[in-house]
This record gives sequence, C-alpha cells and structure tokens, in this order.
Amino acid sequence: MNTDQDRSAFRSGAKAALLAAVQGLVLAVVVLPCGVAFLVLTLLSVALVPLGIGIVTTPAVLTGVRALADARRRLAADWCGIRIPAAYRPLPRTANPWTRTVALLRDPQVRRDVLWLPVDMTAGFVTALAPAVLVFFPLQGFLVGAGLWRASVREPGDVYWYAFVPVTGQATALCAAALGALVVAGTWRFPPRLLAAHFRLTRTVIGASRAALAERVRVLTETRRDAVDTSAAELRRIERDLHDGAQARLVAMGMDLGTIEMLVERDPAQAKRLLAQARRNSAEALAELRDLVRGIHPPVLAERGLGDAVRALALRLPVPTEVTVELPGRADAPVESAAYFAVSEVLTNAVKHSGAERIRVDVHHTDGRLRIIVSDDGRGGAAAGAGSGLAGIERRLGTFDGVLAVSSPAGGPTLVTLEIPCVLS
Amino acid sequence: MRVVLAEDLFLLRDGLVRMLEAYGFEIAAAVESGPELTRALAESDPDVAVVDVRLPPTHTDEGLQCALAARRARPGLPVLVLSQHVEQLYARELLADGTGGVGYLLKDRVFDAEQFVDAVRRVAAGGTAMDPQVIQQLLSRRSAGDQPLARLTPREREVLELMAQGRSNAGIAAQLVVTERAVAKHTSNIFAKLGLEVSDDDNRRVLAVLAHLDGDR
Repeated sequence: MNTDQDRSAFRSGAKAALLAAVQGLVLAVVVLPCGVAFLVLTLLSVALVPLGIGIVTTPAVLTGVRALADARRRLAADWCGIRIPAAYRPLPRTANPWTRTVALLRDPQVRRDVLWLPVDMTAGFVTALAPAVLVFFPLQGFLVGAGLWRASVREPGDVYWYAFVPVTGQATALCAAALGALVVAGTWRFPPRLLAAHFRLTRTVIGASRAALAERVRVLTETRRDAVDTSAAELRRIERDLHDGAQARLVAMGMDLGTIEMLVERDPAQAKRLLAQARRNSAEALAELRDLVRGIHPPVLAERGLGDAVRALALRLPVPTEVTVELPGRADAPVESAAYFAVSEVLTNAVKHSGAERIRVDVHHTDGRLRIIVSDDGRGGAAAGAGSGLAGIERRLGTFDGVLAVSSPAGGPTLVTLEIPCVLS
Repeated sequence: MRVVLAEDLFLLRDGLVRMLEAYGFEIAAAVESGPELTRALAESDPDVAVVDVRLPPTHTDEGLQCALAARRARPGLPVLVLSQHVEQLYARELLADGTGGVGYLLKDRVFDAEQFVDAVRRVAAGGTAMDPQVIQQLLSRRSAGDQPLARLTPREREVLELMAQGRSNAGIAAQLVVTERAVAKHTSNIFAKLGLEVSDDDNRRVLAVLAHLDGDR
C-alpha cells in the first residue's frame, strides 16, 4: 500500500520532471533567438528615431516585444500557475506615429519589457535550459550504459567523456549510467521548480511591482476618465435619439390628433386618413424606442443574463454562429453589459469584415475570470491597434480591468479573446 | 371564450380587458404577477392565456417561464405571449414542444384590435400567431445561403411570411386581396419548392414551415 503510493508519487514526479524538461527546452530554444532579435531591433529602431525611420518602426517593434512578454505571461500562467501582472498604459487615440512612439517609450511597463530582454537571454536562458539538462543528461548516461558507448569507442584507446567519467568499455559505461542514476536520484524533484524559477525571474523583471502601485493608480484614473467620457457620449446619443425620434413623433401625433378633432365632422375621410397616419407614427415611435432600449440595455440581457443574450444575438446574425456557454451564475449587471456590448461589437466586426462562413462564441468562467472567445474562419487581418473598433472595446473593458487579445494572421482564422475578472453570483 | 390575462402595467391591463370584453371574451382573471398567474391558470382553466413576458416579482422573463411551466403541466394549453421586444430565442422555446396553440406578439400589435383579436382566437383554437418581426428575422437570416428559399417568387415569399405568422388561407387571401384558390396554388408551390410535405391541417402546416425556417443551416 505504502510502496504503491510511493511508486505513484514517483511516477507523477517523473512525469512532471519530463514535462518541465520539454517545456524548458522549448523555452530555451525560443528565448535566445527571439530575445537577441528583439533587442537588436529595439536598439536599432530607437537609434534610428532621430533619422525619422525609427518613428515608424519603433511602435511596431515595441508591440512585438510586448507580444513576446505577453506570450511569456501566458506560458507562466498555463505551465506553472504564476501570474505576471502587466500595467501597460492605454495608447493615445491618435494614430500619429510620433505620439505613439513617445507614449510607448514613456511607458514604464514597456521599458521594463525591453530591459527584460537581456536578462531573459542570459539568466532566463540558463534557468529554462537547466530542467532539460537535469532530465536529458541522466538519460544520456543510461543510453551510454545500455551500449551507446560503442558508437564512439570504436578502437581501444578511444575515450568517450561522460561528464568526468572516461568511458572506454562496458564497465566504465556502467559507471556513467550509475552517475546518471545518482543525478536522477538527487535531482528528480528539481526540474519543475527550476522552470518555476525561470518564470519567477521573469516576474521580478517585468511584473508590475509594488512600486508600480502609482502606475496602477494612473491607469485607473485614465480608465475612469474613459468610462466617464464613454457614458457621457452615450447619454448625449440617447438624448439626441429621443429628441429627434420618439419625441418628434409624439409631437406630430399630438398635432394630427388636434387636426382630426377639428376635421372629424367636417371632413371624415380626411380625418380617417390622419388617424391612420397618427397610428403609423405611434408604431414608429415604439419601434425607435425599442431600438434605443436595445442599445442601452438589451431586454434579453436583463431577463436572462449574458449566456442567453449572446445566444439571442447570434440568432440575429446572418452568419451561422455557434454559441457555447458555461456560466454557473450571473455576473454583476455592469460587467454583463460591458461583456455583451464587447461581444456584440466583435461579432459585428466579424460579420462585416472577415467574410467568415462560420463563427463560434465560447463563454465561460474560470479562475475568477469571465472569458469569452470569438473565433471565425474568415480572412483574418484584424488588428487591435489605435483607431480600430477593437481599440474602443479594449478601452471600455479597461474600466473593469478587462483585457482583449486578438490573434488574426492574414488569411485567418481570427481569434478574439475577452477577459474580465469578476465573481458570479 | 374565457381568458386569463397577465400584465403588470395597469394601463395596458385595463385596456386589454376592455378590448377583449368588447369582442365578447370573458375575462376569467386579470393578474399582475408571476405567482398570481400560475395560480389563475391552475384554478380557472381558461381557453386561452394572454401573458406579458416580463412580470413581477423578478421583472425578468417570469411570465414566459410561468406560461412554459403551465404548458408542461397541461400540454397544448393555448398561450399568447406579449412583449415589448421579440426574440427568436423565446419563439423557439415556445414552439419547442411542437403542439401549437402558441402566440408570440409585440405589444404594438394591440393597436390593430381586429388583427389582435383574430390572433387570440387563432391561438385559442390551437393555431399559431407569430409576430411578423420574428418571421422577418428568420427569413432574412435564412435567405443568405438558402437555395430553396431563393427560388420563391416575391409573391410566394409574401404568402410564406403570412403563413409562417399562422394565418389560414382565408386570412392570407384577405390580407393580399386575392382569391383563396390563388393562395392555395401559391401554398402548394411553396411546399414543393421547400421540399415539405403538404398538409391540409393549417396548424401542422405552420409548424412545418416554422421548423424549416428555424432549422439548422
């Protein structure tokens, strides 16, 4: 019983070690070239700013650096459960490359990302490679012991060095295997920890630290201003719609009714015609109010919550859309509303621009975050940059610390992921 | 004909009561909340229920849920659901049991008393009354890639729309100002083009058309 437990513990430990080794190897292979390439590009690009070329290239390069850092943040969360917080400033709305360059270079988070590149290609590389070495080195020892030494030691006098063991025959090869076994016995618990150390190192360099609390306040101030701006603009739009729409129609109706009152005995035919017109006006006022209400807070959202609201939305689209929802409860009304309008905007974009034949929406809640993934099989090429509709969504989600990630290579497919931290009730 | 009416806004409830009474209906109960509706449906055994989707106490889709529950308890109980907005999602849920005797209309439709009362009578008789907006949404969503639908003539599309709303041939003929025989001809053309089985039963015919329009694409 006890040995059974030990064995299964060892087996899962070995599996974790092997997994960490493979993950570490993948990281190490990617880290070095990407790090070097982006560091060189960044330095070149910033050096070229005075010449003007850098103004155009710097935003692109820095966006690339951010993508690299974001990818590492995702891996840290997926592989080791280490959350690396980020606090990027929202980009200015103007698409002017100069302001974008300056804003990016002023962003402490971007600067941390750039400083992280040299750290990552040295210490990061070593910590990523270490788990792989700890697993593959003993493996090599076992293979040598099992007979691989014959491949190198063809004639007497040939020596194959396995670490400090000179392998010249089967006996010394077994020594090599024994050394491998010793290493395994001593270190089989370490690979996952070393991998975690790699991500902790990353977190130390690029994570928004406690000193970044001030930065957080700044981001909050900015997103709050965005939120206030957006809601003020919304109110203005609603006021205008009511003023030009329903209100005007009710005035026209009242006028018609007055005229009808006067005509009803003198010219019943004309009165009847006006009555029909008044009824049409009231129907249209209702239709306009209905559209307005849908834009403020969709009735299905109020009645059924986010899942069914997205389903109802999908039913209105001209493109076949499959919706899967896994929500054990309802989020707060403001979060639901923000998520709904974000999805609505993303879906509208997909229908308008992607040429997709199928769309999938996946709504679920994990790890305290509401995550919505919209994917389509269209032509891709959607960008979250300044000036696009996606940037507007990002700003609006920002109020709730929500984030938006877009993967849309030319030729498709497009994958838009929205995440909002929230609790369900 | 005995009606149970559930509507939380006093003005609308009062107006509906007066209108239905003017057309010779007997109001068995006029209630304003979900629990009251459930009780009224169980106690007064009406010929038809006219129900607002959104009712107190939750002000969510309480009315719709009560109606669906009542229909589960008494399959085929005629229910006409009214709402400020129509959603295909709700229409689908109402039609899901495939038994008919359902209506789903915008509240605006009460403007035209004749047509509204006709819809109530149709539902009470086990027929269907779907809002033109629901049908238009279905059709516009459908027509994008639907070959059979594209082969319909404009006139046949008009007839299909009215048919899907739940109108009988006589009703469609009156609306389009043509003879009933002309409508019958259009109808058989439509069924042939959509590959549906022709049925003399008006109700089954409507359900078949709706199922076709709402089917998987």
